[in-house]
Amino acid sequence: MLRLEPRQKASNMMLYFTPLIAVALTMVVGGALFAMLGINPFDAIWIIFFDPFLDSFNLSQLFIKAAPLILIAIGLSLGFRAGVWNIGAEGQFIMGALVGGATGLALWGMEGWWILPFMAIMGAVGGFAWAMIPAILKIRFNANEILVSLMLVYVAQNLLSAMVIGPLRDPDGFNFPESRSFSRNDATELPMIFEPLGLHVGGVVALIALAGAFILLQRHSLGFNIKLTGDSPRAARFAGVNPSIIIAVCLGISGALAGLAGLFELTGPAGKLTTNFPVGYGFTAIIVAFLGRLHPVGILLAGVVLAGTFIGGENAQFMLQLPSAAVRVFQGMLLFFLLAVEILISYRIRFSKGAS
Amino acid sequence: MSVLLDIQGLSKSYPGVKANDDISFQIQEGEIHALLGENGAGKSTLVKMIYGLVRPDSGAMILNGEKFAPPKPFFARQKGVSMVFQHFSLFEALTVAENITLGMDVAPSRKELSAQIRKVSNEYGLPLDPDRLIGDLSVGERQRVEIIRCLLQNPRLLIMDEPTSVLTPQEVETLFGTLRKLSANGVAILYISHKLDEIKALCDHATVLRMGKVVDTCIPANETARSMAEMMIGGELEMPKPREFNPGEAVLEIKNLSLDSTDPFGTNLKNVSLSLRKGEIMGIGGVAGNGQDELLASLSGERLVDKEMIVLKGAAIGRLGPNERRKLGLLTGPEERLGHAAAPAMSLADNALLTGSIRMGLANKGFLKHRKIDEFAKHIVKEFDVRTPSIKVMAKALSGGNLQKFVIGREVLQSPEVLVVNQPTWGVDAAAAAAIRRAIQELAESGAAVLVVSQDLDELMEMSDTFAVLAEGAMSKPQIAEGLTIDEIGLMMGGQLEGAQHAEA
Repeated sequence: MLRLEPRQKASNMMLYFTPLIAVALTMVVGGALFAMLGINPFDAIWIIFFDPFLDSFNLSQLFIKAAPLILIAIGLSLGFRAGVWNIGAEGQFIMGALVGGATGLALWGMEGWWILPFMAIMGAVGGFAWAMIPAILKIRFNANEILVSLMLVYVAQNLLSAMVIGPLRDPDGFNFPESRSFSRNDATELPMIFEPLGLHVGGVVALIALAGAFILLQRHSLGFNIKLTGDSPRAARFAGVNPSIIIAVCLGISGALAGLAGLFELTGPAGKLTTNFPVGYGFTAIIVAFLGRLHPVGILLAGVVLAGTFIGGENAQFMLQLPSAAVRVFQGMLLFFLLAVEILISYRIRFSKGAS
Repeated sequence: MSVLLDIQGLSKSYPGVKANDDISFQIQEGEIHALLGENGAGKSTLVKMIYGLVRPDSGAMILNGEKFAPPKPFFARQKGVSMVFQHFSLFEALTVAENITLGMDVAPSRKELSAQIRKVSNEYGLPLDPDRLIGDLSVGERQRVEIIRCLLQNPRLLIMDEPTSVLTPQEVETLFGTLRKLSANGVAILYISHKLDEIKALCDHATVLRMGKVVDTCIPANETARSMAEMMIGGELEMPKPREFNPGEAVLEIKNLSLDSTDPFGTNLKNVSLSLRKGEIMGIGGVAGNGQDELLASLSGERLVDKEMIVLKGAAIGRLGPNERRKLGLLTGPEERLGHAAAPAMSLADNALLTGSIRMGLANKGFLKHRKIDEFAKHIVKEFDVRTPSIKVMAKALSGGNLQKFVIGREVLQSPEVLVVNQPTWGVDAAAAAAIRRAIQELAESGAAVLVVSQDLDELMEMSDTFAVLAEGAMSKPQIAEGLTIDEIGLMMGGQLEGAQHAEA
């Protein structure tokens, strides 16, 4: 009989091992799922998990996908450490693209190096402002930030639709519901830094954010207060931490980074605002944050792995006629197994001969 | 009387430590048997083995003539062994009755259970309302829930881990009455306590553990508290010496402090006033839940009050937060070690930073000075003899006494001008408690003013220069402690308590 036995202390090895176990379990169960769909599971797993890292064309897509995931996940991880659950990064991502994009359109026709940075700042402001709605409601009325931030995603999506059909529609676009193309305009195009890995400016900013988060958490009292609030809100109050400030800071940073990611997506890979602009980065980033153990280095690795599954999933779609939902199922499975095997950190499995 | 439980050579090792080494003794039916020992002596491991939480590496137990090796507490309870833990396992968001249901293997209907709870709790003089939320109960009341939970299971052997640490003398007497009644009915009690007077008053036999081994057995009635303490620590117990009381000028003044409790069942503070002088240790006695938490929160800065209600060295600080007060020299040590004074899953170093940041200069413009933090943590560990493999260990991995030494040490070593502590030695063994008290007294001798809130009257009598009682949120006028007897104070508190109960009814 299998039995769970509490460990004397949390296992450090398991802390690093559980994400790998979760990935392995996802491969096994996902493979079984593919087999039931009549697809060779080994081919599918190979295409989804390994091919993205081995093929030069796929590699050139890697950071294009990983950058927004990492940027958003870094912000989310701060909140998750403090027990502030921002589930609405998708909405903040959209608002970043919308506000930053609108800024770019307002400045359309102007030249200058400052235009793109200014749009980026406005994108961050858009995401920040959107995240302040759940923050203020939580601080003022103790409203649940999970629900508020999640519901605001749908508001943001509809706002985006209204904008691209209305005021932000391309005047020369034959009435298609989309904006002008930012990526075909010198002043608003996001520069590529390292083509073979798809590392654009947004990817560099994501790496800088990683370093910043690392320093914040390891070296700064604000990071300490965030961790303290997550571990014990009462001890945090005793230590003089104002919980309202932690809520505002965590939601604010994650909103701003998600907004920034949205703007980079707009001016880079996506090119323009359309009604179907969002591609789920805001939700997938939640998985990235947890798979990376809410640690900056872990998030870098997890972001790359999840980006790989995006690319591999797309490839599997046309190579194996895999349903498009399959990749989402895959990602969901990954989070599910990750949360499930987390128990191994504080418990160990024992094989016993049954209770006497 | 016949043997109820025969323990034969139990041993249990954990990596790096032999927690129990060949332990043998017997518990008779209906006997109250004391288990004595310092923190880390192996008492917890032993009772966990009896209760089926931990499996022995070797050795055997015979219960009622049958082999007894419970793989889980469920089997121990089936055989009539129950336990009241020192740390409560209660869900704060659930009611008393709901919590008790959760602990039961076969639960009766809620209505029936509530009636049973009322009956048993009144029968044993531990009144308890089954419908109240645990989160709203004081520590003392929470313990009643744990005790009643066990009594409802009609145990043959009741294990009690430090049951009296939060009770008043009157409540202790009631509990002892309960235990004697149980004992007379043939229920054996394994009683773990550091309070030697209690053991002497209550227990028929005592087994003394040190470093995982049985080092002595005795009949407590034939011993003195001092001789038992010596068996336990294996050396002379150092009692603090009486000292002269020459208070300096007032440093902390509380003026008509009133504060509504955030807890609907809490106690509002009503016009509490006191003046604390340099070098003075003021003891504040009283039953838990009479405004102690509120008083502490208003002094630590976790709850803000009117500016003029609290005056430190002439400055009105009622509206300052915890860190601003620390900067001015007012430090506090709350009652709950884990989850209030210390963050459970963070390291000792991080917990040193938790309150030490300001006064010890552990951060520069928000950037942490890790070397200084580690030095401060190591300093606490060394000065207060905190037994831990390193300062990287999580706070929750330490035993209660060691963590308490750490959190008290953390405040004392920051050289406060005023120190306020609540229950500084709750659940701490005699040697550690003596060390903590001595540190507090030395602090006062060096000129600091100290406010000690405690329910342990022996402790307050031993330490205090002046003494007051907090009851129903109001404070008695502080008076010189010398000359007061425990009986007088107990009566005083009991009288106030009775008054309070009348008021409630």
